[in-house]
Amino acid sequence: MTERNGARPQLPLGLAKRGYSGVIQHLAAGDAGSSLSAIELESRLIELGFVEGARVEVLHEGIVGRDPIAVRVENVTIAVRRREAMAIIVA
Amino acid sequence: MEAPLMHLALVGTPNSGKTSLFNALTGSRQKVANYPGVTVERKEGSFVTPLGRQVSLVDLPGTYSLRGRSPDEEITRDMVLGRTPGEAVPDLVLCVADATNLRLTIRLLLELKSTGRPLMLVLNMFDIATRRGVTVDVARLSEALGMPVVTSIAVRKGGTADLLRQTDTIAAQAPAPLAQNLWQPLTIAQLRATQREADRIIAATVSLPEKPDTWTARIDAVVLHPVAGLAILAVILFVMFQAVFAWAQPLMELLSSGFAALGQLVHDILPAGLLQSFLQNGVISGVGSVIVFLPQIIIIFLFILLLEDFGYMARAAFLMDRIMGGAGLHGRAFIPLLSSFACAIPGIMATRVIDNRRDRLTTILIAPLMTCSARIPVYTLIISAFIPAKQIWGWVSLQGLVMFGLYAAGIASALGVSFLIKFFMWRDYAPAPFMLELPDYKMPRARSIAIGVYTRAKMFLQRAGTTIFSMMVLIWFLASFPLPPAGAQDPAINYSFAAMIGKAMEPVLAPVGFNWQIAVALIPGMAAREVAVAALGTVYAIEGGKEAAEQIGQVLATKWSLATALSLLAWYIFAPQCASTLAVIRRETGSSKWMAITFAYMFALAYAASLATYNIAVALGAG
Repeated sequence: MTERNGARPQLPLGLAKRGYSGVIQHLAAGDAGSSLSAIELESRLIELGFVEGARVEVLHEGIVGRDPIAVRVENVTIAVRRREAMAIIVA
Repeated sequence: MEAPLMHLALVGTPNSGKTSLFNALTGSRQKVANYPGVTVERKEGSFVTPLGRQVSLVDLPGTYSLRGRSPDEEITRDMVLGRTPGEAVPDLVLCVADATNLRLTIRLLLELKSTGRPLMLVLNMFDIATRRGVTVDVARLSEALGMPVVTSIAVRKGGTADLLRQTDTIAAQAPAPLAQNLWQPLTIAQLRATQREADRIIAATVSLPEKPDTWTARIDAVVLHPVAGLAILAVILFVMFQAVFAWAQPLMELLSSGFAALGQLVHDILPAGLLQSFLQNGVISGVGSVIVFLPQIIIIFLFILLLEDFGYMARAAFLMDRIMGGAGLHGRAFIPLLSSFACAIPGIMATRVIDNRRDRLTTILIAPLMTCSARIPVYTLIISAFIPAKQIWGWVSLQGLVMFGLYAAGIASALGVSFLIKFFMWRDYAPAPFMLELPDYKMPRARSIAIGVYTRAKMFLQRAGTTIFSMMVLIWFLASFPLPPAGAQDPAINYSFAAMIGKAMEPVLAPVGFNWQIAVALIPGMAAREVAVAALGTVYAIEGGKEAAEQIGQVLATKWSLATALSLLAWYIFAPQCASTLAVIRRETGSSKWMAITFAYMFALAYAASLATYNIAVALGAG
């Protein structure tokens, strides 16, 4: 699962289901519809370890609208709402 | 010649174990204050190195970067850069990392390097890392980072020996010429580059186990389960409130009888008169009736600190985020609101973790609706006087259940008010993001918890000794003067200032079922809610003599109707909060406007709730 697989479809992490695991391809902070500016959102995501090539896995989901999600990023667990996770493109 | 004081600063990401390291190094030699002009808490402690060097250590707010997104993070940045006026430039910056989780700290450290400050990396919780199969090549890491790296186990005796030794070594060296500060706010490309560099360094020096921490994964499988997780959260809160009510009881009775005995002693020693009345009824029974609640305050803080150290608080925020979002609240508001159960003041100050101004303001406005520990005295007194101490369903105490209901009413009204604020004031704004690290679970350590509880208990007692004491003296004065005319038939208090004030307020409060004695008690209750209990004690003790002073509750049960008691309980769910809370709201929001709004809306709610409760209770025959 650590290898980058060109055949796998890319999708925003915000749409991933519980149990999904993949690798971050790039960040698209402008498309997320977050209330933060694209620059601020991207900075925060990077500070929490969401950078290209990092392995991610969706561990848990909240009860209302399966939101927020708890994501394992390498060996750290980060809680994030799906709206912001839309900025993280994985495959 | 004595070496000059060495200044150290602690920085680190949230959850890096910074506080436990700070506690381990400084023990109880801590001073907590505020940075001038801002409400960021400034924690300073001191210790002596093995070679006898005096060290002052400042614990800086946790941060992931030096961008300074919030007042807390700005303090950390400015302190490291030596820009804070009146603060010593740190001789050495200790960057604390959780050894099991280096990724985000190493990135922060690379950013810190550009400030040119002397740095040292402290790999904390090294024992846990070793146990989990994380191995760190400390020498290579130190070489790769270009700074000393030490390991530490903050929670073990002698666990900081390495750190202390290295501090001595650095202190003994001639101070290196200060490198230039090259730090500038990082661009996104630079941020990304530092994280890549951090990952490269970690790959070369740290080997991680194949599987993540299995305990955390196993616990989270249950605790973060959408249904089971919420059930567990509800159980934790329920146990907490049962504990506050039930466990504290024996200790409280002990304290209570202790103060009664002391009052009796004063009564027996001194001749009857004003001094005897002042000491027994004003000072001892007044302050005593507040100090009695120390066990409950200790228990509630014990729970909060245990959950925090265990790593559960972040999970609670995760579980509650969308549910609170429905009421217009941010998941991060959960921790400040939970702290408000102990006291709204630390709760309101804790809203600084919410970086969106609107979310923060909403949280500040509703924080006083959370049932703070100062209301416990009032609730306890009335519940034990009016609610029968029986068990229902065999194991649930009815009194505990009523207490739980009062807490639930506070929470429900807070959510309702928040919803209205969001709906009417800020409906056009998109919700702020929720991003929070869920740290691995850690066994809380007794020593660190003990230091935390001790600090809180000390603050409560200081308040009891100052604000509350002076209020009690004032109340006693108002209730004792002017003295009744010679040959008066009625109890002495009926001729006092207190009676005049209370009777003047009575027409306003009569519709909600309050008599003038309650009106008298409500006035000092504004200074600090718990004073109301002591004030009732004083009012009735002076009225009824020393027999009455022994059991305020028994007296109330004979003087008030059930409807009045329930009305007072309803009043206190919303009770216009204490003066110190209002002062903190003004300071935190930077305007008197929000303070006035809070006061007005809570007063209106309290009056409406009491009015409804009283009239319904009377209609049901409890009048």
